[in-house]
Amino acid sequence: MIRLEPRAAPSRLMIVLSPILALAVTVAVAGILFASLGKDPARGLSVFLLEPLRGVRALSELGLKATPLVLCSLGLALCYRSNVWNIGAEGQFLLGAVGGGGLAMWVTMHRVAVSGWGFFPFVIVAGALAGAAWAAAVALLKDRFHANEILVSLMLVYVANLLLAWLMFGPWKDPKGWNFPQTVSFAPETTIPRVFRGMRLHWGFAVALLAAVFMWTFLFRTFKGLQLQVGGPAPAAARYAGFSARGALWTTLLASGGLSGVAGAFEAVGPMGQLTPHVSTGYGFTAIIVAFVGRLNPIGCVLASVLLSMFLLGGELAQSRVGMPAALTGVFQGVLLLSMLAFDALVNNRLRLGGGLVRSRARDPGRRARGGEEIVRDGHLAATASRQGPRT
Amino acid sequence: MSVPRLELRHVTKRFGPVVANDDVALTVEPGQIHAVLGENGAGKSTLMKIIYGSVRPDAGEILWDGQPVEVDSPHEARALGIAMVFQHFSLFETLTVAENIWLGLSSLVTLQSVADRIVAKAREYGLELDPARTVYTLSVGERQRVEIVRALLGDPRLLILDEPTSVLTPQAVERLFVTLRQLAGTGCSILYISHKLDEIRSLCHQCTVLRAGKVVGVCDPTVETTASLSRLMIGADPPRLVHRAPRPGGLALEVSHLSLPKVDRFGVALDDVSLEVHEGEVVGIAGVSGNGQQELLAAVSGEDARAEPQAVRLFGAPIGRLGAGPRRQLGLHFVPEERLGRGAVPGLSLAQNLLLTRREAVRELGWIDVRRLLGQARGILGRFRVAAPGPRTPARSLSGGNLQKYIVGREIDAVPRVLIVAQPTWGVDVGATAQIRSELLSLRDTGCAVLLISEDLDELFEVTDRLYVMARGRLSPSLPTAVASVERIGEWMSGLWTRAPAAAPGAQA
Repeated sequence: MIRLEPRAAPSRLMIVLSPILALAVTVAVAGILFASLGKDPARGLSVFLLEPLRGVRALSELGLKATPLVLCSLGLALCYRSNVWNIGAEGQFLLGAVGGGGLAMWVTMHRVAVSGWGFFPFVIVAGALAGAAWAAAVALLKDRFHANEILVSLMLVYVANLLLAWLMFGPWKDPKGWNFPQTVSFAPETTIPRVFRGMRLHWGFAVALLAAVFMWTFLFRTFKGLQLQVGGPAPAAARYAGFSARGALWTTLLASGGLSGVAGAFEAVGPMGQLTPHVSTGYGFTAIIVAFVGRLNPIGCVLASVLLSMFLLGGELAQSRVGMPAALTGVFQGVLLLSMLAFDALVNNRLRLGGGLVRSRARDPGRRARGGEEIVRDGHLAATASRQGPRT
Repeated sequence: MSVPRLELRHVTKRFGPVVANDDVALTVEPGQIHAVLGENGAGKSTLMKIIYGSVRPDAGEILWDGQPVEVDSPHEARALGIAMVFQHFSLFETLTVAENIWLGLSSLVTLQSVADRIVAKAREYGLELDPARTVYTLSVGERQRVEIVRALLGDPRLLILDEPTSVLTPQAVERLFVTLRQLAGTGCSILYISHKLDEIRSLCHQCTVLRAGKVVGVCDPTVETTASLSRLMIGADPPRLVHRAPRPGGLALEVSHLSLPKVDRFGVALDDVSLEVHEGEVVGIAGVSGNGQQELLAAVSGEDARAEPQAVRLFGAPIGRLGAGPRRQLGLHFVPEERLGRGAVPGLSLAQNLLLTRREAVRELGWIDVRRLLGQARGILGRFRVAAPGPRTPARSLSGGNLQKYIVGREIDAVPRVLIVAQPTWGVDVGATAQIRSELLSLRDTGCAVLLISEDLDELFEVTDRLYVMARGRLSPSLPTAVASVERIGEWMSGLWTRAPAAAPGAQA
C-alpha cells in the first residue's frame, strides 16, 4: 500500500522537480499516444519536441508564440497570488487586439505618417488601455456587487469574442476584402520592428521579457507587491495588517488586463498585420496553464511560456508532418498541468511504501533509532512478535 | 495481574528530522483514568493519533487487551472500542445535535432512534443535551458534551480526551470530571491529555509524563505535588515571574458603550461594551472563547471599522472608523490569537512577515530595503530568543511557541503605546510562556498600556492588574486582580454579574 504522509517542511527539491517530472510524464503519454495511433513514437516525439527548436527560424517562431503567453501569464500570476481568479485573459487579449489593431487601422485609413519605432509605444498604450478596461468591468462588478470574478471574467471572454466578430463582420470590415471578415491590411510602417531581418520575431518579445523582470521586482522587492501577495494565501493577515482587499482587486485586475491587452495588440500589429476574428488561438487560456506551470513566478512564467509554445508549435508540426489530430496540443497541455498538480502533492507530502506495521528491529535502548532502522514487512513481523512473547 | 486494556511498546514516530515519539511505552488498565502529561510539542498529540489510527508509527507495537493489533485508521480504532474527543470539534454548525451524530452512524438507523439514544445516554451520565438544538446555538461546553455523547454512544472501552478543559469554565470542568469518574467506574479506560497539573492531580489515577518525545516518568499524580509534576514535565523548576505593583498613568484606550450587530449568524453581537486601559497597567479580559472576544478585538484593532467613531478612543482621539493600518500608526499594536494566517503569512519569510505591521525597511516609492529588513528580523530573533534558522525561514516552519515569540517580539519591538494581546500563550511551551508573560510585564513597566484577552485564568491572575469578564457579548465591570477569586470570575464567565463591585473601573488610577 502507498500512502501520503505530510512532510515537516515543504520539499524544495520537489518544487523544482515537479514540473520536470510532469514533463517526463507528458512525454511518456505522448509516446504512448503516438504508438497507439499507429505512428512511430520516436519520430512523433522528435517532431513534437525537437523540431520547434531546430534552426534560427524555428527559434524565432518559438519566441513569437511565447510573447503573448509571457505577457498574459505574468498578469495572471499576479492575480492568482492575490487570490483574484481572473480567468478571462483571453477576453482582455482580444480587446487589446481590438485596441492596438484599431489604432493601426485608423493610422492606415487616414494615412497618418508614422515610423515603426515611433508607433510602437502607441500600440502598447492602446492595447494596455483596452485590455485594462475590459478587466475593469470584472473589478467593478466584484467591488460593487460582489459578483464572482471567475464567472464574470470568463463570460466576458465570450462577449469579447462576439464584439470582435461584430467589428469584423460589420463596421471594420475591409471594403475591398471580398467580404471576408477582416480589416484592411495595416500599413507596413505600423508593424512592430522585427528583431532579425526576414523573421517574424518582433521587439514585443523583449518587452515581454522586460515585463517579467519588472514583475519579479515588483512582487519581491516592493512593499506594494508584498501587500498584494498577502491577501491571497492569508486574507485574515491582510485584514490584520490593514492591507486593502479592494486595492488588491483593482490593481491586479488592471495590471493583468493591461498586460493581456498588450499581448493582443502585439499579435494584431505584429505577425498578423490585420485584425481577423481568429487573432487569438487561445493564448489567454493557455496562459493559465503557463502561470501555474511557472509556479506563479515571473521567471518561471517565461520558462513555462517557452515550453508551452513548443507544444503549440509541435502540435502544428505533428499535424502537418505526422498527420496527428489538432487536438493533440490541448491533450498534452492538459496532461502536463494535471500531472504537475499531482506531483505537487509531493511538495508537502512524502510517499510511504509498505503494507503492515512498520517497526524497528533495534531493540537495544542504548542505540539511537536514528537511521539504524530496518523496515520489516508483514511476513517477518509475526516471527518477531512470537519470539518476544507476552510481557507479564 | 489483570491484562492491560492498552499497552504501547517501543513506539517511535519521526517527522523528517523531528522525533515526535521516541521509544514510548504506555500502559492503561481497565477503568483507569490515565493522564498523558507534557508540554506542547512533547509528542502527546502524535501518540494519541497513533493510538487512534490516524498516524502510523515508524516502529513499535500496540497491544489491545494483551493482543498485538494494527490500528490503520480511526475506523478500525472505533471498531476496537477506542473513541476520541478532539480539542477542536468536528460539528456542522447548521445541523442539529442529533443530525450531527447521525452523520457518523450507519444509514440504517433512523434519526428518531439516534435522538432517543442520545437522550438515554445523556441521562445515564447526567448530561443535559437537547438533540433537537442546532449546534450553532450551543456554547462551547455544550458542543463538547455533544462530542462526548457521540463518543459514548459507541460504548467505548477507551476514551481519549485531548485537552478537554481548555474551553471550559471552572464550573463546567467540575461537571466534566463527575462524568469522567462515572464513566471510569463502569470500566471504561480514559486517556486524559493535558498540561494542567491541578486537573491531573484531582482526576487521574496514573500519569505518564512525556518530554521531547520520550517517557520521562510514570507516577501516581495523587501523591505528587504540582511542583514535582512540573519538574518532571519541564525538566527544571518552572520560571518565576516577578510582578511589581503597577503605576497606571493616563487613559490610553477607551471603549464606551460599544454595540455592534453580528457579522454572520455564527458571530456574537457586542452589547454595550465599555472598558478602559491606562498607561502602565495590564488589563485582562477573561471568558470562554466565543463570547464576543473576537468581535471586540476586531472592533478595537480596526479589522472591523463599523463602530461609531466615539465608541473607541485612543488617547482621546476617536478611532472607531479607522482601519487597522492608521490605528497602528497611532501606536495601537495587536497580537492576534491565530498566529499562522493572521499574525503571520505562512509562506512568507520571517523577514517579510515584519512588513505586515512594520514599515522601517520600506523606502521611498515603496522599495523594500532587503538588507535593513533582514537585519531588523535578525534583531528580533536575537532579542526575543526565537529558535529559527534565520530571517529567511518561512513562518510556517517555526513551532507555535517560537512563532508566537517572534510575533510578540515584532509588536513589542515597535514600541507600541497600547498593545492588545489575544491568547498569547495558547499552544506555547512553558519556557516561551514565561518569557512572553515577563516581556508583557516589562512592556507595562515602560508605560505601555496592555490589554490581554485570555481563556487561561492562571495567566490572567499572574499577569494582569485589573480584570474584566466577557460573556455573551457583554463585558462585566472590572475588578482589581488582587481581590478577584477563581470562583467569582468563574461565575461571571457564565454572565452572572449583577451590579458594579465596590471598586469602580479605573478607580485605582
